[in-house]
Amino acid sequence: MSTSADIGLWGVPLAILGGAIRVSTPFLFVSLGECLTERSGRINLGLEGTLVFGAMAGYAIAFQTGSAWAGVLAAALAGTVFGLFHGWICKFRGVNDIAIGIAMMLLGSGLAFFFGKPYIQPVAPDLPAIPLGWWSDVTQVQAALQINVLFLIGAAFSVALWWVFKSTRVGLTIRVVGDSTDAARAMGLNPDLVRLLATAAGGALAGVGGAYLSLYYPGSWNEGVSSGQGLMAVALVIFARWNPVYCFWAALLFGGAGALGPALQSVGVSQGYYLFYAAPYVLTLGLLIATSSPNRALEGAPGELSITK
Amino acid sequence: MSNTLSLSRRRFLTTTATAAGAAALGAALPASRAHAAGDLTVGFIYVGPKDDFGYNQAHAEGAAAVKAMSGVTVVEEENVPETVDVQNTMQSMINFDGASLLFPTSFGYFDPHILEMAVKYPDVRFEHAGGMWSADKHPMNVGSYFGYIGMGQFLNGITAGHATKTKKIGFVAAKPIPQVLLNINSFLLGARQVDPTITCQVIFTGEWSLAVKEAEATNALADQGCDVITCHVDGPKVVMETAAGRGAYICGYHANQSPLAPDMYLTGAEWNWAGVYTGMVQTVLDGGEIGNFVRGGLAEGFIKMSPLGPAVSDAARAQFEETKAKIMAGGYAVINGPMSDNKGNVIATAGQSFVETDVALESMDYLVDGVIGSTS
Repeated sequence: MSTSADIGLWGVPLAILGGAIRVSTPFLFVSLGECLTERSGRINLGLEGTLVFGAMAGYAIAFQTGSAWAGVLAAALAGTVFGLFHGWICKFRGVNDIAIGIAMMLLGSGLAFFFGKPYIQPVAPDLPAIPLGWWSDVTQVQAALQINVLFLIGAAFSVALWWVFKSTRVGLTIRVVGDSTDAARAMGLNPDLVRLLATAAGGALAGVGGAYLSLYYPGSWNEGVSSGQGLMAVALVIFARWNPVYCFWAALLFGGAGALGPALQSVGVSQGYYLFYAAPYVLTLGLLIATSSPNRALEGAPGELSITK
Repeated sequence: MSNTLSLSRRRFLTTTATAAGAAALGAALPASRAHAAGDLTVGFIYVGPKDDFGYNQAHAEGAAAVKAMSGVTVVEEENVPETVDVQNTMQSMINFDGASLLFPTSFGYFDPHILEMAVKYPDVRFEHAGGMWSADKHPMNVGSYFGYIGMGQFLNGITAGHATKTKKIGFVAAKPIPQVLLNINSFLLGARQVDPTITCQVIFTGEWSLAVKEAEATNALADQGCDVITCHVDGPKVVMETAAGRGAYICGYHANQSPLAPDMYLTGAEWNWAGVYTGMVQTVLDGGEIGNFVRGGLAEGFIKMSPLGPAVSDAARAQFEETKAKIMAGGYAVINGPMSDNKGNVIATAGQSFVETDVALESMDYLVDGVIGSTS
């Protein structure tokens, strides 16, 4: 192992790069899940709860079985169940998907806190990372480029999802259902079934995002592990204009912006750190304002979404 | 409308029967909720989960010791935010559980929450960890207790000073309050007992428990070459695991975190609330009064050090034990003049010292020279 170099100010871009890779994965999975759900015409605000429950379930199962991948699978299954529940309730007339989502968010967190009590202390196995920084002798670069397999899976999945929406029959079905229930019915599709499946798949993705939190970074289960990342990821979908590839870039941006505060303090820019910590939110506000227009609707928004209808 | 409002005889009978049944059920429940005369009910309130490897766990271990005492009923609530929520929790413990002695343990519970409740319930005793109680400003049924854990961070610093090769050590801190600043300063000054060229990089996360930000802060410290890292956050587990994963030595805080990375763990500053809490509760049971301002350190058993880890050298062990003995003897001072803060202001003139028990240390608002960081 090589020695760590005195990298000084280079620590800031390196921390942003490393932070983007380390912190972005939960954002990525939750936003891809939400993107899929919203393209079918439903909003699932409960993904924050699914994320927290996935983190707990993943950690608990990984600890019990000794296999981190079993934990990821359990988190995905738990997320699917939450998604199915949301999708099932929302098919009834007069049910508001946003209100159900908020209820599911509280339910997911509450259940996770309840079942997660015995798992705060034990140490579960971590997910493996691929050392992509082997070419450098600087330990900091090596550390920043420790890339988790789930990050790569998420990146590949965002491209795959984009392709599915663009050029497959399944993608077209989801888009039609999301844009017009009447048109979907006229085509002989069953909008409720499509939305149920899309919400379930979205929940599974959010669950996997939670497993990343507890099994890789920060790598342990506790009740504050998500600190609202699930909610931010839902907002990120709007920011990414319902495009899975943009979701990937937006997740990277949020991850990197979150690393800015600690990195600046570490090189001695320590005044006003509360302001730097607000960077991701300021960035979101700024970009949304810059790209919005009073004269047209949100570009790319599915027509059946309750917020755009 | 009249028939919905009037109470039929049948409905009256069912309702009364249900109520009577509920009352009987309540009486049959174990004594955990029922409050027998003469018994003392003690309430403990935590800001986070009570098994967080940290601050709340340390208090909960104290509560567990109180629970084992006879004639005492303990009620606990965890994850109570430092908002009006804690007032509701205190009221429900007082009104429904009959608690007459409360330990709301988080720093932010004190002002205004405990102070308001103390005026409203003058017969209830409120004991707060770390608050700055003063006789002329605050109600007499409020007490403040704390331990001189800065001394523990000073001892942490001595082991860190011996272990560091880069001469840079790191500190992940939550908020710049006096207790945290004293810990940061003590950690560096301990290390400077070994080598006066050592510097300490501090990163504030801004909250008591933010797992991802704590991990990012730890990584940023490691990137800057800090090779011994400690922290003052509520649950040190994330900092300890991340730092050890980056190859840095770790010094624990709040509780013993050595099981998380036994080879990298040097030592740790731990609370020892069990003795303090059982002592206070015994005083109340005996009809005595707990002091309004209770403080203690290593000698009084308020704090303790984790057993030294395998990475601690013999030289470090000798200096650690020697300094610990001096602290146990009492009157030890970490801040000795001449000393300035990291902005160049004088904080102690030549010959001036602030000993362990000095109340002035509890309003500390500076980082000493050699700490890289800012309080705002």
